[in-house]
Amino acid sequence: MQSDFSVANVVANSHSTKPMLYKVSAAWGNHEGSLLLWVLILALFGAAVAGFGGNLPAALKARVLSAQGMIATGFFLFIIFTSNPFARIFPPPMDGEGFNPLLQDPGLAFHPPFLYLGYVGFSITFAFAIAALIEGRVDPAWARWVRPWALAAWSFLTIGIALGSWWAYYELGWGGFWFWDPVENASFLPWLVGTALIHSASVAEKRDALKSWTILLAILAFSLSLVGTFLVRSGVLTSVHAFANDPERGLFILVLLAVAVGGAFLLYALRAPALKPGGLFAPISREGALVLNNLLLSVAAAAVLLGTLYPLFLDALGGARISVGPPYFNATFLPLMLPLFVVMGFGPMLAWKRGDVAGALQRLRAAMGVAGGVAIGVLIFDHDRHILAAIALALAAWIAAGTFVELAERIRLFRSPIADTLARARGLPRAAYGMTVAHLGIAILIAGVTATSAWQTELIQTMRVGENVTVAGYRFTFEGVSEVPGANYRAERGAFLVERNGRTIAHLFPERRFYPVEQRQTTEAAIHTTFFSDLYAVVGDGDGKGGHVVRIYHNPLVPWIWIGAIVTALGGGISLTDRRHRVGAPARADRGTAPQAAE
Amino acid sequence: MRRLLYILPVVLLGLVAVLAYLRLGKDPSILPSALIDRPAPEFALPPLLDGVPGLATADLKGQVALVNVFASWCAPCRVEHPVFLRLKEEGRVAIYGINYKDKPEDATAWLQRLGNPYTRIGADREGRAAIEWGVYGVPETFVIDREGRIRYRHVGPVQPRDLDEKILPLLRELQK
Amino acid sequence: MIRALALLLVLLTATPAWTVEPDEILADPAQEARAREVGQELRCLVCQNQAIDDSNAPLARDLRILVRERIKAGDSNAQVMDFVVARYGDFVRLRPPMRAETYLLWFGPALILAIALSALLLALRRRKAASRTVPLDANERARLDKILGGEP
Repeated sequence: MQSDFSVANVVANSHSTKPMLYKVSAAWGNHEGSLLLWVLILALFGAAVAGFGGNLPAALKARVLSAQGMIATGFFLFIIFTSNPFARIFPPPMDGEGFNPLLQDPGLAFHPPFLYLGYVGFSITFAFAIAALIEGRVDPAWARWVRPWALAAWSFLTIGIALGSWWAYYELGWGGFWFWDPVENASFLPWLVGTALIHSASVAEKRDALKSWTILLAILAFSLSLVGTFLVRSGVLTSVHAFANDPERGLFILVLLAVAVGGAFLLYALRAPALKPGGLFAPISREGALVLNNLLLSVAAAAVLLGTLYPLFLDALGGARISVGPPYFNATFLPLMLPLFVVMGFGPMLAWKRGDVAGALQRLRAAMGVAGGVAIGVLIFDHDRHILAAIALALAAWIAAGTFVELAERIRLFRSPIADTLARARGLPRAAYGMTVAHLGIAILIAGVTATSAWQTELIQTMRVGENVTVAGYRFTFEGVSEVPGANYRAERGAFLVERNGRTIAHLFPERRFYPVEQRQTTEAAIHTTFFSDLYAVVGDGDGKGGHVVRIYHNPLVPWIWIGAIVTALGGGISLTDRRHRVGAPARADRGTAPQAAE
Repeated sequence: MRRLLYILPVVLLGLVAVLAYLRLGKDPSILPSALIDRPAPEFALPPLLDGVPGLATADLKGQVALVNVFASWCAPCRVEHPVFLRLKEEGRVAIYGINYKDKPEDATAWLQRLGNPYTRIGADREGRAAIEWGVYGVPETFVIDREGRIRYRHVGPVQPRDLDEKILPLLRELQK
Repeated sequence: MIRALALLLVLLTATPAWTVEPDEILADPAQEARAREVGQELRCLVCQNQAIDDSNAPLARDLRILVRERIKAGDSNAQVMDFVVARYGDFVRLRPPMRAETYLLWFGPALILAIALSALLLALRRRKAASRTVPLDANERARLDKILGGEP
């Protein structure tokens, strides 16, 4: 690969000594380059709609693609007028200025592409929403065409967010994984709305209901992606993730946002009231549960949006400068999640149209038993009696068990002969499996977040070579620090021997790296993961007397956060492969005829 | 009524866009001081240089003064230094310095090379006095009135324009 | 351009994050636990949405030490917060203060939830009423008959 140092962007972000992966990832690790990636993905998605959209009516397809094209035009103008990624400098320097070493990391190399696949994927659902509003009709066929795109975008976004969180976890040196940073929130908002969207789209598809609401969510998911872009690139906030302040770019994105989203909302205001209200359902039904899901997710998204933007707006109006940090989000967001998790457990058990709560609960006795058992177990074995942790873990168990019960019910496990069960299992649509897997992933994630937040063990002290400490039952022996050369850095590498009950568990080698080109230092935690917990070690400054500052953490269930996220995204992927999405979309029913039969 | 519901998103978006527009171009890293119009905090710092006395709260009463937080390791401090030297020549106002987390020898050499505009310099080696002043970056400059109250804070280097447009008019008013 | 901006102010900052250093930790675990509680509520002013406990910025360290001194001197958590807020303003609070200009922030989510719930209930009631009053028209009746097997 060539590094052309006459291109300003390459000079500012690369260096000849950098490893290959980071030479590539530096291309999108900066403002101009990341926009290139953005429009590349936009183009790929557009091509995908054109290519896979064979069963779309020509008029709808044309409208979707033109809406998509308008978004692309907006971004091209943005690049051309404010962010030329190929600007030249003369004379070209001998070498580049290097790249922020914090970003020279495999986690961050893949974090932006996945995030953008998610953000930009929602541009398709946005385009579908615009097309539907222009046509003035939304029917189950439309919902069926939109759902795979929403699922794909949502799955990518899930992975993108998880990668970012994972990176923070191992790079920042103390095991934190989520900070409610405005830019994290900016990626989380489209995720929350996207989650609502894939659920409401299933109601629109199966029951021809919630149509104008689904359209609104489709518009919102992409709008919030754009808001995120605005926040990161306009310089209106300080954040770890923010690119350099540039009000001119901010203004451009703001105008783009106002035109695209404002136009979409205006169209919505004009056309949505004319959409025919769809299928009726009783409050207690699958639809009812999904409406509750949407309501809670939307309010949660509103809370996060409010907390993220409030300081900016207060400042804009001449009010005080305030900070809205984790204490606010924990106080407002988490209480909304608890009822959502309760609904998640029994919602799938309710029948479409008219459900039977008593019957569902009856069949969920086992799940209730598991959840109750987990809660009691936590309260018995936890010395600190974390009530909230007990509730959250019980809910995770409730969701997981409920998901299994639901699947078992559908395939009549242990109720019918095994052959019948297998036949039913084969006959179950992929989307059903997708939901099961995704909900299971969320349960795993909840357990991971809860356990590591409630029961992290920390040890910070100065250790000498040969000394040992015991953390959460593991004995860490400090074996010293040595200098090791790296590809484009020098490292001080600490060594720990970890034993439990006299048995060697692992050797840990945390590093402190110094990048001479960038003149910056990073810490690389050493992590040994045992599925049920992470042993996390960081080595710090020497005290000049043979001792070194060390930080050792025992993070219970923390790997479950990322396992859960991957499983969740996998669920989205499985749902995506449902053959009804690929070929099964039937010819569009004529206006006014009955909706397709519910499952 | 129902129609209003459908208009709500576009109205909300408009509101958000206007607010975002108002906020554009403001530097979010510049914070207002919590100490404006409050008495200067209690502190007492030893001298940095021989012959130049240290700085304490009591020294700030009786005349209008500038208090400048500086350090030899701070590049922007060099940018504003000529402004203070000019101000000292004009003799318009007492300029006091708080030398923030600096090695005395470095700070001394720095002042010898660039000139010393300060009539009093307190050496704040631990940075504790700076916390009393609510300092979060260097340089920062405070305007103190005759009663020893903080009237203005400037974050970042004082450029000639800042001096002419904000600080000098305020000084004139306070010295009336 | 970026260089020029960086020159304007040397923020007392550094990346990446760290946390509490061993020499800061208080001997009394109860006091240290309280210091952590306060530390999680205080924003490191110069490091972008991090709590002072999660930052290795020198100013964050100074503030951590200050917090511990106040706690050792017998201050309550609230008194320590007030001490820091008196010097740095409300911006250092990661939990925004409750007062007129933040009512919308604090009560907004509950308000939105209440509005959404009542809108939902209203829609359900209206829908129920609508479903009771609107009879099938002739066309629909005919289709229904067809679906049901053409019986009259």
